[in-house]
Amino acid sequence: MRKKFLAVSLATVMGLGLLTGCGSESAPAESASEPAATEEAASAKEEAPAEEEASAEEEAPAASSANDKLVVGFAQIGQESGWRDGETNDVQWYAAQHTDTIDLVFADAQQKQENQIKAIRNFIDMGVDVIAFPPVVETGWEAVLTEAQEAGIPVILVDRGVDESCADLYATQISSDFIWEGAQAADIVGDLLEGKGNVVELEGTVGASAANERKEGFDNELADKYPDIQIIESQTGDFTRALGKEVMESFLKSHNDIDAVFAHNDDMALGAIEAIKEAGKKPGEDIVIVGCDGVKGAFEAMVAGEMNGTVECNPCLAEQIFDTAAKLKAGETVDKWIVSNDGVFRQEDAEAELPNRTY
Amino acid sequence: MKKLTQKMEFKPFCVLIAIILICGIISGGDFFKITIVDGHLYGRLIDILRNGSRYAILAAGMTMALGTGGTDISVGSVMAISGAIACSIVDGRILAGLNGNVALAVLIAILTGAVCGAWNGFMVAKLKVQPMVATMILLTAGRGIAQLIADGKIVTITSDAYYKISGGYFLGLPIPMYIAIGVIVLFLLLTKCTAFGMQVESIGVNPESSRLAGIKVERNLWIIYILCGMTAALAGIIESAGIKGADCNNCGLMIEMDGILAVAIGGTALSGGRFSIISSVIGALIVQTITTTIYAFGVAPELTRVAKAVIVIIVCLLQSKPFMDKFKSLFPKNTAKEVQA
Repeated sequence: MRKKFLAVSLATVMGLGLLTGCGSESAPAESASEPAATEEAASAKEEAPAEEEASAEEEAPAASSANDKLVVGFAQIGQESGWRDGETNDVQWYAAQHTDTIDLVFADAQQKQENQIKAIRNFIDMGVDVIAFPPVVETGWEAVLTEAQEAGIPVILVDRGVDESCADLYATQISSDFIWEGAQAADIVGDLLEGKGNVVELEGTVGASAANERKEGFDNELADKYPDIQIIESQTGDFTRALGKEVMESFLKSHNDIDAVFAHNDDMALGAIEAIKEAGKKPGEDIVIVGCDGVKGAFEAMVAGEMNGTVECNPCLAEQIFDTAAKLKAGETVDKWIVSNDGVFRQEDAEAELPNRTY
Repeated sequence: MKKLTQKMEFKPFCVLIAIILICGIISGGDFFKITIVDGHLYGRLIDILRNGSRYAILAAGMTMALGTGGTDISVGSVMAISGAIACSIVDGRILAGLNGNVALAVLIAILTGAVCGAWNGFMVAKLKVQPMVATMILLTAGRGIAQLIADGKIVTITSDAYYKISGGYFLGLPIPMYIAIGVIVLFLLLTKCTAFGMQVESIGVNPESSRLAGIKVERNLWIIYILCGMTAALAGIIESAGIKGADCNNCGLMIEMDGILAVAIGGTALSGGRFSIISSVIGALIVQTITTTIYAFGVAPELTRVAKAVIVIIVCLLQSKPFMDKFKSLFPKNTAKEVQA
């Protein structure tokens, strides 16, 4: 009897394995459509930079190597989120589109710093022109960045920063300006409320730079431009949908006069939508909802009329990465911080933009 | 009267009522305000019932695991797995042949929870791995499995039927409350009307002598961990239904601690032995009430965790016998009166 039980349970465990197998099998079908979507997104961008890049290539002193292509080593963190996947896809797609000018060496660090460091050392040994990577953590980069500097290879930090002590060891950082994002969100809210009303704020994880800076940007912009809009409540929702909903439920019970919600990311905004519906109000109409990040779900909600706007935190950084890399190779100086091209989308833009969303 | 106060459920129940009363008084009655919106009841107390039900369901399973002197810290990850599976089926991402049938999705998700529980049971009962370590495996691996199922994304669904599991109402009260009541009644029947409850307590006190006394320790441990997995799966379904999506990274994150806290506040010893499911459910409602209270009073985001910790400490102190004895000895007259009364 006991053996039978064991056999049955083992079989079910294997069954679970199969089930997860199914899950990952179904993935290629979906991701197959992703490159196509990225393609559209990228082709929608201006074609000009590619030419610029080519000319930069020509100007570059081609003395060093036989390979006059731009060789970029990109050490990706790994697969951590849909956003990260969007970035990976964009970088690989862009390089594949420009094989005549760009040589991309791609490494996947599987979320580990030591793997990322290993990959960067590898790039140095290979003598790539430029190294680009999103640092998985802020600290512990002194040694490897010094090695890169001694080898004369410029480093681009992508979408995340490193700690201050390394400030001289990298060439530039390409990332979003969270303060600007917050300010843009404030403009949407201020515009839709016509400069008057009560706003509640769903904050991100306490201490996260995205949360602190989006709040700073939003609060300051409201205070400066729309003095008649009051922030009546502000509470953390930890960047999650579940808490976004729970906190919003509570706000709605404390206040009957909420005119708008600003959520530090779209997921909390999506949670807030459910809470507002439960309170018998119409999200997007009775209460203006603005989020950040520009995830697909937010665009779907906007198309359904339940959300009013989102400020993108764009993972499609490839164009900027390779442009900057070309400039660095040519010996040009670039800004220490290059702000990524983030878009601002409102309800009316959502339908046209939805097919382009990759994350 | 004396019988009532000596019941295990009495103290936690008083604490719950006290917290709610204090909140009500401080908020000037706002906390109690219940209105009718769209044909259902609407208010903070209703929120506590709805959001607390997933803790209550979890705590019911957790109580038995703790009653045997074990624990199950994988519940949060199992929640993520079941949510991912249920949402993926409803969405048609996996098992598309089911056409997003909600009932089947829920059934399969709960079965998956049972399988996860069986794995824990296998580790604990068969391989005799310490429960904390055994369930830690799924705690860490479970989220990875959920990510695989959901393909690393938040699976968003639009099914209204699935949403009703968390957001629906029956007779004006939230559906999750009825689910929780159903689970609790089932567990009470199992533990009070059969020998199972006593066997669990016996295992918690001394597994070896229980075995010698003829209790099938292994079999009972299997059953308990499977039940624990199933309650976690149910909680995961409710959570994912509430947000219309499976958020594998955050669904049930750290909830095992809240679950254990609920059981502990309820008065069940973590070392095993005597347990009460009703007490744990009351403990779960206390945990939820604390959260709701903190939001209701607009505690600054930086302080929410501190505020929660302070309330938990106070609740635990009220439960601590040495502390209360000391406290009472400070007011000798009052105690004398109490005894007389």
